[in-house]
Amino acid sequence: MQSGDALLDHLFRRAGFGASAADLQAVAGMSYAAAVDYFVDYDKQPDDVDSKIGLPDYVSVTTRGQFSPNTNIDDARQRWLFRMVHTRRPLQEKMALFWHNHFGVGYSKVAGVVGAVLGTKMMANKAGETPGPQGHYELVRQMAVGRFRDLLIAVAQDPAMLVFLDGRTNTRARPQENFGREVMELFTWGIGHYTEADVYAAARVFTGWNLRNVPGMVANDPAAYQEFQYNAAQHETTAKAFTFPLNGGSNTIPARAAASGMQDGIDFLTSLANHPETARRLAQKLWNFFVSDLDAPDRAFVDAVADVYLRSDTEMRPVLRFILNSGWFTRDGNFNARLSWPAEFVIRTIKEMGWTGFSVDSARVPLTNMGQTLFEPPNVAGWQLGRAWFGTGQMLARMNFAATLAANQKFNLARSFSTTERAQAQRVLNAMLQRLTAAPYQSPELNELLGYLNTGGPWTGSDAQMSTKAAGLARLIAGSGEYQFV
Amino acid sequence: MATKVTRREFIRGGVAAFTVSFAAPAFLVDIARAQGAVSRNLVVIYLAGGNDALSTVIPYTDPFYFSRRPAIAVPAGQVLQIGSDASGKALGLHPRLTGLQTIFNEGRLAIVQRAGYANSSRSHFQGTDIWGTADPNNSGGTGWLGRYLDALPSPIDPLAGWNTSGATYRALTGTTIAVPSITNPAGYSFASPNSGAEAINERNSAIRLASAAGSDRPNLAFVNTSAMEAFATLDRVGSVVSYQSSVTYPNNGFAQALKTVAGSIAKGIGTRVYWVQTGGFDTHSGQGNAGGGGYATLMSTVGDGLLAFYKDLENQGLLNSTLMIEFSEFGRRISENGSQGTDHGAGGMMMVIGGAVRGGIYGTAADLNPRPDNTTLENAGGDVTYETDFRSVYAKVLDGWLGADSTAILGGNFRTNAPAFI
Repeated sequence: MQSGDALLDHLFRRAGFGASAADLQAVAGMSYAAAVDYFVDYDKQPDDVDSKIGLPDYVSVTTRGQFSPNTNIDDARQRWLFRMVHTRRPLQEKMALFWHNHFGVGYSKVAGVVGAVLGTKMMANKAGETPGPQGHYELVRQMAVGRFRDLLIAVAQDPAMLVFLDGRTNTRARPQENFGREVMELFTWGIGHYTEADVYAAARVFTGWNLRNVPGMVANDPAAYQEFQYNAAQHETTAKAFTFPLNGGSNTIPARAAASGMQDGIDFLTSLANHPETARRLAQKLWNFFVSDLDAPDRAFVDAVADVYLRSDTEMRPVLRFILNSGWFTRDGNFNARLSWPAEFVIRTIKEMGWTGFSVDSARVPLTNMGQTLFEPPNVAGWQLGRAWFGTGQMLARMNFAATLAANQKFNLARSFSTTERAQAQRVLNAMLQRLTAAPYQSPELNELLGYLNTGGPWTGSDAQMSTKAAGLARLIAGSGEYQFV
Repeated sequence: MATKVTRREFIRGGVAAFTVSFAAPAFLVDIARAQGAVSRNLVVIYLAGGNDALSTVIPYTDPFYFSRRPAIAVPAGQVLQIGSDASGKALGLHPRLTGLQTIFNEGRLAIVQRAGYANSSRSHFQGTDIWGTADPNNSGGTGWLGRYLDALPSPIDPLAGWNTSGATYRALTGTTIAVPSITNPAGYSFASPNSGAEAINERNSAIRLASAAGSDRPNLAFVNTSAMEAFATLDRVGSVVSYQSSVTYPNNGFAQALKTVAGSIAKGIGTRVYWVQTGGFDTHSGQGNAGGGGYATLMSTVGDGLLAFYKDLENQGLLNSTLMIEFSEFGRRISENGSQGTDHGAGGMMMVIGGAVRGGIYGTAADLNPRPDNTTLENAGGDVTYETDFRSVYAKVLDGWLGADSTAILGGNFRTNAPAFI
């Protein structure tokens, strides 16, 4: 819902998933800079969102037997959606989504190799809830605003990634190129900075970065797991020569004894994370995520953000604080200048239209129809963003999700207006536009929305009319083009 | 923010979304007809991930095929023999491609060996984009199918192209057209929280709302166009749901997408270009051995799905008006890695299927011996070098099948040396 301050609304849409009344309460009276700090320094708010699952006044989850978000992927999706709706740390969930897209690990391939239970654990196990390491999404969520270098190394040793890009089978005799290529092409500095020879060398760097079974693989046993293992016997120990300097020094990683050969990978990843081209590529992605995906990244923005990143030793928190306080972000020309991801659309619609008696489970299939199945990016490059979200079928899925939710919330919507508001169609429209934060409509669209309220009979504000028209109007707004922007 | 209600009240207040269907505006049906509802179709089949061409069409007499792929080579005794190419090299289809062998034996499958381009990209994303733009030097901008559709007489039917996948592809990107992405016709309907006249009122308002933004708001207009095109195509797409196929299609996404395509061809809804994709071809590991394993499953999906589609069309007399072309973004390395898989390589293959196709094997197989003077290999003998420019295959399809001008669409003359499969 709208706060009355367009810049604050913008901050909530971009650094969060829109604002409920409770969200606005949390920042009431703050200056803009203080509100940015509230988002960025999110560890000052407790990470207690999971304790709300199942409580009244919160969006529901649907259980099939026991709710099992660590071992059942659909329940993992529900937990993630629940967190996005009710988190007190919106930027943490926002950045978890950003990194999930950046690292592009998909559940299907992982589960195809290790089975559904362990596959879900590898994607979404919450630390300590079942034995074994935390899942991929929990990892990026936990490290969301820390040093990118640490995140990159952790992801390179993440069991889900070791399955997804086949590192688990990267051995000395015939090295496996999948991770070595994508870590350069997609996770760090991007295409154009390396050759095929560098891909071969990178493959050799990561030989022996494998997995081991604990205590021994037992299919579908929630207690069994796999964890990263540096397998010295499978590490290729000769020197690795690249066409570029590593950490600003030599082009070569020296030959090392097998026992200390894991350092090859640490050196290589450190070099990539610290490289100015990685800083620039991340800055471009952050432009598209936080500032605009309608306009190409501003060169001065990329330079400035890359500079903050490098000066901050690759830590993301100062980078995000810089972006959110920058003139690029706060300029009103960049309000509503990004096309929402399906998850953003769904969560904002729930937060603004209402959730009482609604289950996030009912958003799972619509999200797939909109083109974004959580834990299932289409490939390692993540989703195609911007206009690519708006095929006809995907847009129809957005409109139809708005219909499903509006039907579900019909009673609440009809009764959310004061007697004064109900007296006039124009006031009902104004109140609905306070609640559902579409990009500003121009007068032809406003007339159309008002016309809808006045179609089918004179305006009376009766219970029956409110029941029909409030839900219909909410669907029209949430399904309109203007509402698809954030 | 929500008004407090009891659960009982809530249930009383909530109703299921009501689905309404509307007739397509007559003028759109006329456009479809004018643009040839019963004319030729093109079905583009994309094997996503970089298909290992050497496992699809197997050079089973090349000793280096076996020595460089000790774990994953398909034994010579298992391949489905299809004869030899012009260089005399004996070739066989993967043993799970019985469906394609049937089509080959009917003379309606053309195999184009070593299709690709110079300095092949080993990146999935750049590679797929290059196959889309049809310009190895430019992976951005419009795609070859988008440019073909852009050139159709105006007004262009919003259903002139149909992407059955949820992803967007460079090949389908045009300047004026936006190819709809419709993965599931059954879910392709308009829903309202109300019913009857109120639902109709709401839908009419939605259409007017979506048509209000002008070119001064291009991004909003783009989003609104996707809504408008949904409204304009609901009825025709919905008609496909009732399609009764003449054969039973396998129960997987690829075959079901082909069934949808067959349905829309049979219903004559006017689509010219269909895009169907199936994934899993990024086989860095677990390709399998002795003709089984992960790659064999992929081959069953492709071969069985295409045979069902082929037979369905044939039974309905639609085979002669349909052409399928298959591609992938690159071939894979010749030598296997240590994971029973293969990494990203260069030259791949293409296939063309249809009633008008002159079947057979086009082009020559690579010699897999990594000796320095072997010009059929590149990258120190690691990868297959392309022989047939993929754009010459596009040119043949554009000129010989779609009746378009390939030089305008491809930005050059690629007719020379095009394989004569039509």
